[in-house]
Amino acid sequence: MTLALDTPASVRPRRGSAFFKFMGRLFREKPLGAAGAVIFIVFLLCGLFADILAPYGYNQISPINRLKPPSWQFLFGTDNLGRDVFSRCLYGAQLSVIIGFCAAGLATLVSIVVGVVSGYIGGKFDMIVQRMVDAWMSFPDLIVLIVVVSVVGPGLLPIIVVLGLLLGVGGSRIIRGATISVRENMYVNASQSMGASTPRILLRHILPNVMAPVIILFTTRVGFVILAESGLSFLGLGVPPPAPTWGGMLSGSGRTYMLQGPWLALAPGLCLTVVVYATNVFGDALRDLLDPRMRGSK
Amino acid sequence: MRAYALRRLLALIPTLIFASLIVFFTVRMIPGDVIDMMMSQNDISAGQKDREQLEQALGLDQPMYLQYFRWLGGAVRGDLGHSLWQNTPVLDQILARLPITFELGLMAIIIGLLIAVPIGVLSALRQDTAGDYLMRSLSILMLAVPSFWIGTMVMVFPSIWWGWSPSLVYVPFLQDPLGNLKHMLTPALILGMSLSAITMRMTRTMMLEVLRQDYIRTAWAKGLDERTVVIRHALRNALIPVVTLIGIQAPLVLGGAVIIEQIFVIPGMGLLLLDAVGQRDYPIIAGVFLVVGVAVMLINLIVDLSYGLFDPKVRYR
Repeated sequence: MTLALDTPASVRPRRGSAFFKFMGRLFREKPLGAAGAVIFIVFLLCGLFADILAPYGYNQISPINRLKPPSWQFLFGTDNLGRDVFSRCLYGAQLSVIIGFCAAGLATLVSIVVGVVSGYIGGKFDMIVQRMVDAWMSFPDLIVLIVVVSVVGPGLLPIIVVLGLLLGVGGSRIIRGATISVRENMYVNASQSMGASTPRILLRHILPNVMAPVIILFTTRVGFVILAESGLSFLGLGVPPPAPTWGGMLSGSGRTYMLQGPWLALAPGLCLTVVVYATNVFGDALRDLLDPRMRGSK
Repeated sequence: MRAYALRRLLALIPTLIFASLIVFFTVRMIPGDVIDMMMSQNDISAGQKDREQLEQALGLDQPMYLQYFRWLGGAVRGDLGHSLWQNTPVLDQILARLPITFELGLMAIIIGLLIAVPIGVLSALRQDTAGDYLMRSLSILMLAVPSFWIGTMVMVFPSIWWGWSPSLVYVPFLQDPLGNLKHMLTPALILGMSLSAITMRMTRTMMLEVLRQDYIRTAWAKGLDERTVVIRHALRNALIPVVTLIGIQAPLVLGGAVIIEQIFVIPGMGLLLLDAVGQRDYPIIAGVFLVVGVAVMLINLIVDLSYGLFDPKVRYR
């Protein structure tokens, strides 16, 4: 016999309090991950408010201030055209935020669709899809990116779409694995026997239960996307100049002047490293807290 | 073992077919401007007749599926077409560059192992100490530092401080082994450093697992010294899964090589690809793309098959 009791509204856990509880755990148990989260949020804010925070425009040329070393006026110095490197780094954060979040979001969406459908349906369909994923994954990410960008041309949108699809297919393996383990649960069998449609089962029962790997996948992908985009920009295949991408700032004409202005080599690389490092430690901490089975190290 | 190898080879066929489809259709998504570009670069007036002739010569006038089968048939026989600009066989160009990237990759993997294994072992032996945290943080940091940034700094700062900069003149190994290694060492070190991060984490995890096994306790109980227990009993077993990492790292090495080869002017596959991208030489782009994909699949197969050599417990069914 079962008892159906209505939970009074007053004892229902509130979403907000669960979030703060989780953040409390993050700070207590994973201080390094929490530091990563803080840096990640600062980076996000810098990207969002770059227009307000940047003291100069990203393409504001000032011939009399060419190659000025870091000072209070120009925190990270100026480049060969007299543009403020600090402002360019802030605008670079904006581009990284846009590309990082959009491409990682698209990648996660693709991973969910491919992984959940392939894992739930199983059988021959799953086998064929997985062979395609195998083929896709045997190509190095950067080489696929270079080839596709060489065909479709550089630009913000192609990079977001290509990175999203590329990483989405690869990440679908993780979601597929989680789906297969969720699929075997009694509640899925129960709703199947009650005649629930496949889309309903996928959306109501499978998806909410694979959310932990989905969140982790998204976070780790943000760092990866930022790194991949900067690599492409470094090779001159990313967002075309004068857009101030961190990778682009380390290559091109700026490279020629690095011996006279070594700060040109420092600032963008440092921004990139700090943000990707923060994203990685934050992602690792999330993984340990949300899904201990995925833990890579003890 | 032979039956297992054969089955694995057969399983590779559908993956290879999908890979060839990916390569062919990705590269053939060209918006048609390659013809315009060739005509403008060769200073041919863009008349309709010339255009059709050029399309015919390149086989672009045939239906897509025919183009694919023609290309696949050629690829299976080792004919990857001719370069659009130099008119030399694509395979010849790739074969000339492949050993250079292979040398860089091999050196990077060896350097990666030389950095990662001792640090991973030490980190596991001193678990949860300040040193362990430092080394683990270092490994995550190495994953975050872009190799092109390190490469750029290596080119800039030693030159400012000590007037030294890495050699950028490539000499073939057979011509001048010492000069070749001198040129390759810095790029291999940078590539190896980023690879070592993953290997280090894996070594540490495996060492922690092995160190808790009963036979390690037995080894301690027998009164063996720490060196023997750690190196002969623990490390030999912990390193077995690390071998599989070489398979996982193959795409990373090949991808990373593109950037490193560009910075240090190493005429390998990466530079060939980048030059081809600059000139929109699609047969070369497709050739490099396919060869890299097949190479990664084969490396993974070899790693899987060699697993039994390192671990006698593995039985192939």
